[in-house]
Order: sequence, then structure tokens, then C-alpha cells
Amino acid sequence: MNARTKQLPKPPGKLKHALTFVIVLFLLWGSAVQTEASIGRLISGIPNMWDLLKEMFPPNWAYFDNIVNPMLDTIRMAIAGTTFGAVFAIPLSILAARNMVRSPWVYQIARFILNLLRTIPDLLLAAIFVAIFGLGLIPGILALAVFSVGLIAKLTYESLETIDRGPLEAMTSVGASKLQWIAFGVVPQILPHFISYVLYTFEINVRAAAVLGLVGAGGIGLYYEKTLGFLEYDKTNSIILLTLAVVLAIDYFSTKLREKLL
Amino acid sequence: MIELRNVSKTYPNGTKGLSNINLTFEKGEFVVIVGLSGAGKSTLLRSINRLHEITEGEIRIDGKSITAAKGAELRRIRRDIGMVFQSFNLVKRSSVLRNVLAGRVGYHSGLRTLLGFPKADIHLALQALDRVNIAEKAYIRADQLSGGQQQRVAIARVLAQEAKIILADEPVASLDPLTTKQVMDDLKRINQELGITTIVNLHYIDLAREYATRIVGLRAGEVVFDGPVSEATDERFAEIYGRPIQEDELLGEKAL
Repeated sequence: MNARTKQLPKPPGKLKHALTFVIVLFLLWGSAVQTEASIGRLISGIPNMWDLLKEMFPPNWAYFDNIVNPMLDTIRMAIAGTTFGAVFAIPLSILAARNMVRSPWVYQIARFILNLLRTIPDLLLAAIFVAIFGLGLIPGILALAVFSVGLIAKLTYESLETIDRGPLEAMTSVGASKLQWIAFGVVPQILPHFISYVLYTFEINVRAAAVLGLVGAGGIGLYYEKTLGFLEYDKTNSIILLTLAVVLAIDYFSTKLREKLL
Repeated sequence: MIELRNVSKTYPNGTKGLSNINLTFEKGEFVVIVGLSGAGKSTLLRSINRLHEITEGEIRIDGKSITAAKGAELRRIRRDIGMVFQSFNLVKRSSVLRNVLAGRVGYHSGLRTLLGFPKADIHLALQALDRVNIAEKAYIRADQLSGGQQQRVAIARVLAQEAKIILADEPVASLDPLTTKQVMDDLKRINQELGITTIVNLHYIDLAREYATRIVGLRAGEVVFDGPVSEATDERFAEIYGRPIQEDELLGEKAL
């Protein structure tokens, strides 16, 4: 009996877990000190938050008339941005997929471009385009388009790499050109996935488009800035409620549609 | 006519796939290639339409070298060579008709095929489906069909392609004995009625004897037998395989 207990393996040391805990705690504490955040400040801020909430309610229902059009603009921005993005994502995703192009150079460069596109925050993109094209919807659409290319192409090329090679081989054997090879072997396999990714990106873009106005890129975001600046919190509340309703509705329908596709 | 001259294939890791193969296939022949798995049957077949590249030698199709062909010329030669695969290789989400029409793309420019096929092509595709007795399935999605039906769609694709040569790589390996017979009968009938040169890789030796006019035996990438069915006795098969014939290499009497 005693000899047997001696042979049982010892549990691994807990040192690693303890060390991880200490490091996380240290990082948390360090970040709080550097950003001057503290529990005390949070508690002393509660009355201010309460005042703000009191001013937000009731929402200014009459203000809806003013913001319906900018809200529609926001949705239009998201539609246009997603569409442009989707169009440019098609060639890029094909160039980035390892089973579509032979040369590692081509797909590595395509992937590098896609990674670069996704690293730039959309608000920064919008700010840059506002600086180039001036205030309005165009910089917003462009910012969303660039962001969409990165996202749609990334998701699509990853799906492309998992498609059935059989039909591709069959298309090569019948003497198809590259274009026909893609049209008959690749497109039917990838299309439902691609549409699903475009819809998903559209959902994200509606949310992103709502705040792009903060940097002057058109849409409902502009009104957030305006009402907050004039301390008209009841109006801000109306905008928040409308945005919430629109985003929820679009998310719901898009999710339903995507479920049907796959 | 298909001519293989001193064809060898060495894989990048040094493995010999094919070594010094010299074969000539005449128009209208029904050739069955037999051998153990790994003997190079599939490599040989896929070298003929250059789905696999060879490292030495030359393959000529009707006098034209496919080994040297590039771009449009290569596609032109491939257009005349239909291929049937073990796993059918249909686009499962597309309709049966569209899968068959895919055999026609070599005859048109890319733009033309995107805009839609001419009426004549659709007629040809439906006729091809009729020849393998599944015309009524034309507008059904390919993944709705059974394995045997899918393989017949693949044969219809080759027919629509108006190929002069059919290469079939283990066409019945994923089918049950009954559908195996139907698919082999289809291939044989097409070979006889249309005079299409047919080369089939098979695992079952009794099937090979029943359908072939000529049997080629491969062992470790070399041709170890080449002759009519009458010469392909059990003893010769044992030589090809390097051991006596085993139970699972026979499809069984009752199916045939």
C-alpha cells in the first residue's frame, strides 16, 4: 500500500499559476496608476452620472423628425461602403488563397495588404479621408469600404482554402481557362459563404457608420457631437434609442438571412 | 493515339512514381490498368492529361506533344481528353445540367460562358445525360443524386465535352457492386458506340478481365504486363501483384 502511494505522480507545481496572477495584478495596478484611474474617482463620479441620466430622460421625441434623415444617410453609407468593399474583396481574396495562386509571393503580398487594411481603425481612416475629401458622406463611405475589403477578403480567402479540390481538378481536365476555372469550380462553392460574410460586414458597418460622424464623415454621428456639445442630453438620448432600434433590426434580419444561406 | 515515350516521374523527395514507361494506345481501345495501390496507376493516368507533371520523357496525343504544350494549346489538347474521377468531382451545389455544361467551356471564350451557353450546347448536354439514362435529373442539384448517378453525371460531362479519349481513375471504387456494373457498362457502351479510346484504372481484376480489350499491369512504377485479356491469367496477375490474388481484389461472381 505504502509503496503504491509513492509511485503516484505528483501534481505539477502551482508556481506558474501564482506567477501569472502576480504579473496580471501588477499590470492592472500599473495601468491604473498611469491612467490616474481609481475606485474613489469612480464613486465620486456617480452623482454626475446620475445627473446626466436625469437630463437624458424623458427623451426628446420631437427630435426624431430631425434625425431620421441622417440615420438613413448612415445606413446608406454602410450599404455603399460594404458594396464597394465586397467588390474589391473578390480579387484580393482569390490572390490571397494558397490553393488559387501558385506563387507564394502573390499570396503573401495579398495577405500583407489585407492585414495592413485591418490594422487601421475605421475612425482613423475616416479622419484621414475627411482631411482629403472634406466633410460629408464620401469619406465615411471610403473608410467603411477600406475596412470592409480587409474583413470580407480575410474571411473569404480562409473559406476558399477549404473548398473541395475535386471540381477544380475536373475543370482543369476539361481545358478550362483560369476565368472559367474560377467561374465553374470556385464560385458555386464559395458564393453562399461570401454572401454571408458581406451581410456580417454590413451589420458591423452600420454600427461603425453611426459613430463616423464624430470625425465629420457624415451620418448620425454628427448629431451626437452636436447635441452633446450643446448639452442637450434629451436629444442625445433620442439618437441613442433610434440607433439601437436600427442596429437591432438590421442585426436580426441579417442573422436570419445568413442562417438560411448556409 | 496516345504515345508515352521513356516517361519517368520522380517526386521531389526522390520517390520514383513512374520509371521509363513506353506505351502506345490506339484509337478505340478499352485499356484497363491494374496494379497494387501505389504502383503508379493514378500517376500514369494523370500524366496523360498533365494533371501531374512528368520529369522525363514525352507524351504525345494524336501526334501533338502535351508535355511541351503551354497555355491555350495545352487547354486545347485537354479539351479532347475527358476524365472520370473516383470521387466524381462534381460541384455539389450546382445543378446536374450545369455540371455537364462545365464540359463545354473549352469550346468558348471565358466571357461567352459567363453570359450563358448557346442552345446547341444545352441540347448536347441533355443528350449526354440521356445517353447515361438520367436526363430527367437535369435540373436537380448534384448532391441530391446517389453515388452511381453522380458518376454517370460525370460521364455525361465527358460526353458533352466531345472528348476523343476518356481517362477513368478508379471510377467505381466508391460504388456498390450493382452500380459498379452500370457505370462500367456505360463506359463500355460509349467506347463501342462512339469509338472513344478509354483507359480505366481498376482495382478488381475480374472486372478488368470482363471489360478490357487490353490489360496493362503496373508494379512499382514499371510496366510488368501488357497484353490482351486472354493472356492475363491468374498466374500473370500474381506476377503483377508480386503475390497470389486475394479475395478483396475480386468483385465477386454474383455481381457480374
